[in-house]
Amino acid sequence: MTTLEPATDAAQDNLAALESEAIHIFREVAGEFDRPVILFSGGKDSTLLLHLAIKAFWPAPVPFPLLHVDTGHNFDEVIAFRDEVVRRHGLRLVVANVQDWIDDGRLVERPDGTRNPLQTQPLLDTISEHRFDAVFGGGRRDEERARAKERIFSLRNSFGQWEPRRQRPELWNLYNGRHRPGEQVRVFPLSNWTEADVWHYIAREGVDLPSIYYAHQRKVYERDGMLLTEGPWGGPRAGEDVRELTVRYRTVGDGSCTGAIESSASTVDEVIAEVLASRLTERGATRADDRLSEAAMEDRKREGYF
Amino acid sequence: MSSLLRLATAGSVDDGKSTLVGRLLYDTKSVLADQLDAVTRASVDRGLSTPDLSLLVDGLRSEREQGITIDVAYRYFATPRRSFVLADTPGHVQYTRNTVTGASTAQLAVLLVDARNGVVEQTRRHAAVLALLGVPRLVLAVNKIDLVDYDEATFAVIANEFATHATSLGYAEGEVLSIPVSALQGDNVAVKSERTPWYAGPTLLEHLEEVPVAPDPHDAAFRFPVQYVIRPRTPEYPDYRGYAGQIASGSVRPGDEVVVLPHGLRSRVAAIDTADGPLAEAGSGTSVTLLLEDDLDISRGDLIAIADRPPRVTDELTAVLCWLSGKPLSPGARVLVKHGTRTVQALVDEIGSRFDEQTLTTVDSPGTLALNDIGTVSLRLAEELPVDDYGDSPRTGAFLVIDPKDGDTLAAGLIGERFA
Repeated sequence: MTTLEPATDAAQDNLAALESEAIHIFREVAGEFDRPVILFSGGKDSTLLLHLAIKAFWPAPVPFPLLHVDTGHNFDEVIAFRDEVVRRHGLRLVVANVQDWIDDGRLVERPDGTRNPLQTQPLLDTISEHRFDAVFGGGRRDEERARAKERIFSLRNSFGQWEPRRQRPELWNLYNGRHRPGEQVRVFPLSNWTEADVWHYIAREGVDLPSIYYAHQRKVYERDGMLLTEGPWGGPRAGEDVRELTVRYRTVGDGSCTGAIESSASTVDEVIAEVLASRLTERGATRADDRLSEAAMEDRKREGYF
Repeated sequence: MSSLLRLATAGSVDDGKSTLVGRLLYDTKSVLADQLDAVTRASVDRGLSTPDLSLLVDGLRSEREQGITIDVAYRYFATPRRSFVLADTPGHVQYTRNTVTGASTAQLAVLLVDARNGVVEQTRRHAAVLALLGVPRLVLAVNKIDLVDYDEATFAVIANEFATHATSLGYAEGEVLSIPVSALQGDNVAVKSERTPWYAGPTLLEHLEEVPVAPDPHDAAFRFPVQYVIRPRTPEYPDYRGYAGQIASGSVRPGDEVVVLPHGLRSRVAAIDTADGPLAEAGSGTSVTLLLEDDLDISRGDLIAIADRPPRVTDELTAVLCWLSGKPLSPGARVLVKHGTRTVQALVDEIGSRFDEQTLTTVDSPGTLALNDIGTVSLRLAEELPVDDYGDSPRTGAFLVIDPKDGDTLAAGLIGERFA
C-alpha cells in the first residue's frame, strides 16, 4: 500500500538501509539454521532476493540451494532466465513440479484450470523431504493486507501452517529462529520494501530480469478484465478473441492467473515512470488469484502458501 | 532532516486506531484505486453508506469479522516531505506484547484515546511501555472529537492529564503533543479542521512531517556483533577470513584498535569490506564484513568493540523485563537469553520489583511476573556476555528471553535498573 515517489538522495539512503537490513537477515539465518533454502521463481522479487544473498556472503558462494515450485504453466522466458541464473552463479536448484503431484494423484486439477493454489502441497512436501528448516521468500508487506501482518521470521507449524494470532513478538533486530523438529521458519528479507523500492534498487544495481517485465509484442486474449496469453492453461476459449498488443508484466506467476498490462515501457527507467503513475497495485492489476475472496491471500497463507 | 520516520500506533480497543491509519493512508493518497474499490465493495456488503477505512488495514478474516485489530501490521506511506514506516498495533490488553513489538524500533508513537473516555488504564500502560523502550516522542491523538461536539474544555482536560502523566514518565514538554482529531470525519488528521478553531497546533500529518528525528548519538562507541564468518576457500580467495555483521552502534575505520569479547583478544581493523568494494568508514546500521590484522579465532556470537571504550563483560545481569507470555515467570526459572548474535542459558535468581503503570510506583518482591507485567530481575548467565546499559546503547543493551522448551519469545529484556 504505497504511493510511489521518484528516487531522491533520501530514497537512496533508504535503499541502503533496506539493503543492510536484508543482508543482516540472510546472515542471521546462515548462522542459526541447518538447512535453509531460497524460494526462487525467476520473478523480480525472488531475483532481487538472490542478488542480496550473493552480496551478503560475497566473496564466498551463497550457502543455500534454490527451490522452485513449477506449476508447469510458467512463461518460457522465465524458466530460461531461471536456468541461466542458476548456471551463471553455480547454484543448486531443486524443482518441485506440480505436474508430478497431479500425475500420481496427490493433487487434482481445479475446474478453473488455475494451478497457483496447487503449489502449496508440493512446496510443503518438498520442504519436508529435504528437511529444510528455513525457507526464504520474496514476500513484501506492502503487497497485500494479510502480508502486512507477517513477521520477518515467521514460524510455521509441522503442517506448514501460519497462525497469525500466535506470532512471536519481533523486537529490535533480534530474530528468534528457534523451532522444534518438523517446524519451519519462513523468512522474508524484503518485508519492508515497497514495489517502488524494488524497482529503484533494480535500477541502481543493474539487476537482470526476465524479458517479459519489459514491453514486447504478445498475442493475448481478455478474460475477467485481464490480458492473458495463450498457453497450456486452457486459453483462449471460444469467444475470447486473440489480439496482438504491446504489453509487459508487473508480476510473474502462473500463466493461468497472471495478466499482462498494455505498456510501451522497455527500459527500467520507463518501467519506474509507469509504476509511479499507476493507480492500481501490482496484484490488483494483474493477479486473478487474489480476487477470489476478501481473504484469499490469508487463507492460502494459513494452508502453507507464501 | 531525516527522510524516514518509523512510528508506532498504540491505544485502547475501539478507540479508532485502524480508522485513523486508514485515514492517514487515504489522505496521503497512499491507497490505490483497486484497494479503495475492494473496501467500498466490502463496506456496501456490510450495509454501510460510506467506505469503512478500517477495512484498508484490518487484513485478517477474524479482524474484519470482529471489527478489531489482532496483530501488529506494518504500513508504508509517503508525502513529498517524508517516508513513513508505521507499525499499527492492537489495543487489546492481551495483545500488549504487540505494542512492545511495534515500539521497539519506533522513533515516535501515536497513542489514541476516545475523547468520550479520556486517558484510561491502557493509555497509561502503553505510555509507560513506550517510555521504558525509549521511544523519543509521543503524540496523543484525542479521537472522536466529533462525538463530544468539538468541545475545547474536554480536549484540554485530556491533554493536561496526559502531559502530566508523560512528564512523570520522563518526557520533556517538547516531546509530547496532543491533537484533537476525528479519524472518521478527517478532522486534523491531514486537513486542518474548521470545527476546532480553538486548536492552534499542527495536524497529525504536519506534525509527523516536521518532527525532528533524534539521530544516532555521534559519539556512540563502536559495537559489532559477529554474525557469520566468511571463508570462501576458493582459488580466488584462498585465505580470506572476514567477520560479517551489522554495526550496532558507533562507526569504524581501518586502523582502529578493537577488542574481541568475551575473550578480550586485541587487533586492528585491516579493512571494511562489502560486495561493492572496501569502505573508508562505516556507521551504525550498516551491514559490512571486517577484516582484522591478526589471525584470531573469532566466531558467531563474539562482539568486536572499540578497544578504548569496551562494554562490560559479565555473567550476571540486572534488567527490566517486559513479560510477553501467558506463562508466568518465577524465580529459579531456566531460560535462554539472546543478546546480539549470542544465545546463552540463564537462571532467574530473583524478581526484585514490579512496576505498577497505574500508580507509577514499584512493588517490591512481587513473586512472579505475569503477561504484560514489567519488572526488574537478576539473571545468572552460563557464559559471560559483553553488555551495555539499554539507556546508553539500545542495540547492545537489549535481549530476548526465550523458552528453552518450545522456543517461544517470553520477554523483551532491557539491561540496567530503570525503575529500581
